[in-house]
Amino acid sequence: MSNEEIIEKINGFLVDEFEADINLITPEASLKETLDLDSLDFVDLVVVIENNFGFKAKGEDFVNIKTFQDFYDYIIQKVNQPA
Amino acid sequence: MNRVVITGIGVYSCIGQNVDEVRDSLFKGKSGIGFDAIRKEMGFRSALTGILPVPNLKDKLHRRFRNSMPEEAEYAFLATDEALKMAKIDDAFLDNNIVGILYGNDSTARAVIEGVDVMRQKKDTTLMGSGSIFQSMNSTITMNLSTIFRLKGINFTVSGACASGSHSIGMGYFLIKHGMQETVICGGGQEVNPYSMGAFDGISAFSVRENQPTKASRPFDKNRDGLVPSGGAATVILESYENAVKRGATILGEVIGYGFSSNGGHISQPSVEGSARSLKMSLKDAGISVKDVDYINAHATSTPIGDMFEARAIHEVFGDAKCPVTSTKSMTGHECWMAGASEIVYSLLMMQNSFVAPNINFETPDEDSAKLNIVSKTIEKNIDVFLSNSFGFGGTNSSLIVKKVK
Repeated sequence: MSNEEIIEKINGFLVDEFEADINLITPEASLKETLDLDSLDFVDLVVVIENNFGFKAKGEDFVNIKTFQDFYDYIIQKVNQPA
Repeated sequence: MNRVVITGIGVYSCIGQNVDEVRDSLFKGKSGIGFDAIRKEMGFRSALTGILPVPNLKDKLHRRFRNSMPEEAEYAFLATDEALKMAKIDDAFLDNNIVGILYGNDSTARAVIEGVDVMRQKKDTTLMGSGSIFQSMNSTITMNLSTIFRLKGINFTVSGACASGSHSIGMGYFLIKHGMQETVICGGGQEVNPYSMGAFDGISAFSVRENQPTKASRPFDKNRDGLVPSGGAATVILESYENAVKRGATILGEVIGYGFSSNGGHISQPSVEGSARSLKMSLKDAGISVKDVDYINAHATSTPIGDMFEARAIHEVFGDAKCPVTSTKSMTGHECWMAGASEIVYSLLMMQNSFVAPNINFETPDEDSAKLNIVSKTIEKNIDVFLSNSFGFGGTNSSLIVKKVK
């Protein structure tokens, strides 16, 4: 899967599952504030990541994810990681 | 002691998705029963059920609310939204007053099963998602609605089997009567999915008249062969008479009596003595005699044994008073945890519109039902006082009496 395909997939589930406004999703925007995420939403973020990319994110993985670009980079790195 | 009145009703059921649709269906004697093929694939004896769509609340509620709501909470939301609007209770009222909620519910089967399925398959609890816990708890309806409507009063679920909805209204009545609450949202909700009804089907409680779905639920008829499961939600807004008058609300009826009892016997078999005690207690609480009751909405579910016991109990208490009796379950099927509340809504609609809805499919009386005045066709009739029975597994009984306020 190319990086563009991964990003498209992420934006797709953010719009579908988190009902995000696609116009507000920009690489430098804050993931937490743009999506208005609370602690329960992070649980559901773990679920959609697993459903879409087949790996389980850990809570501590989100500590350094501030922007959408951070989120894309994190997923791209995990997807491309050798099994 | 406060007088307790009803100022709003709402309903989402297999005979209509709002009060107006339901009123028309009741008048026409329309059945909401159908055949759900998936139940046969799942091994059900009977695929009969009330048929109603699961609502789409995407345009009405934020995703965070919806994430915590199983279908029964969605039905309850719509019924409650309708009831609050009818009662003219808006956001400002909710924010500035102590409003409580007591709602009947006694299962969350789909949410529990789907959550556990994920845990078994993925061997991980986080992947059950954040909504699973809130959907799976038996208090799911009250926890969701109290959050959505920002309620600040009494807040818990009443689980009393098929009398849950009725007891919720009885308990709301009690709290307002004794001055502990001013306004309480009462009601009952019932999931309709097959998971919630498999075990009930398994004890051969359901009608197997699958070739005639609308004929299958036939309370009191000699040829009845079991109940038809159904569901949805119904809401009744209770408040003190003083409060209702003060804010200019339309008063739909007054709750004047609540009776209850436990049979102290078999887990599924009813009892004449226990049922009759509930009926007598409600009449005593209301301070009226059997001659004052214009209509009885029976619990009668269409099971051979249950209807027989109720017919005997009504006859024991009412004797030859010949009060019209119908079971609206002939049209709706058995709405279980919801039924005690929905049947107050159905009876109120009859009272408001001066008719008695028919006990459809009542064609041949048996020895016990022949002693009652069971109405099989819609009749026009002024109703000043009605009584509604609800009985449940474990021998829990509830009877409510509502009077027209003139």
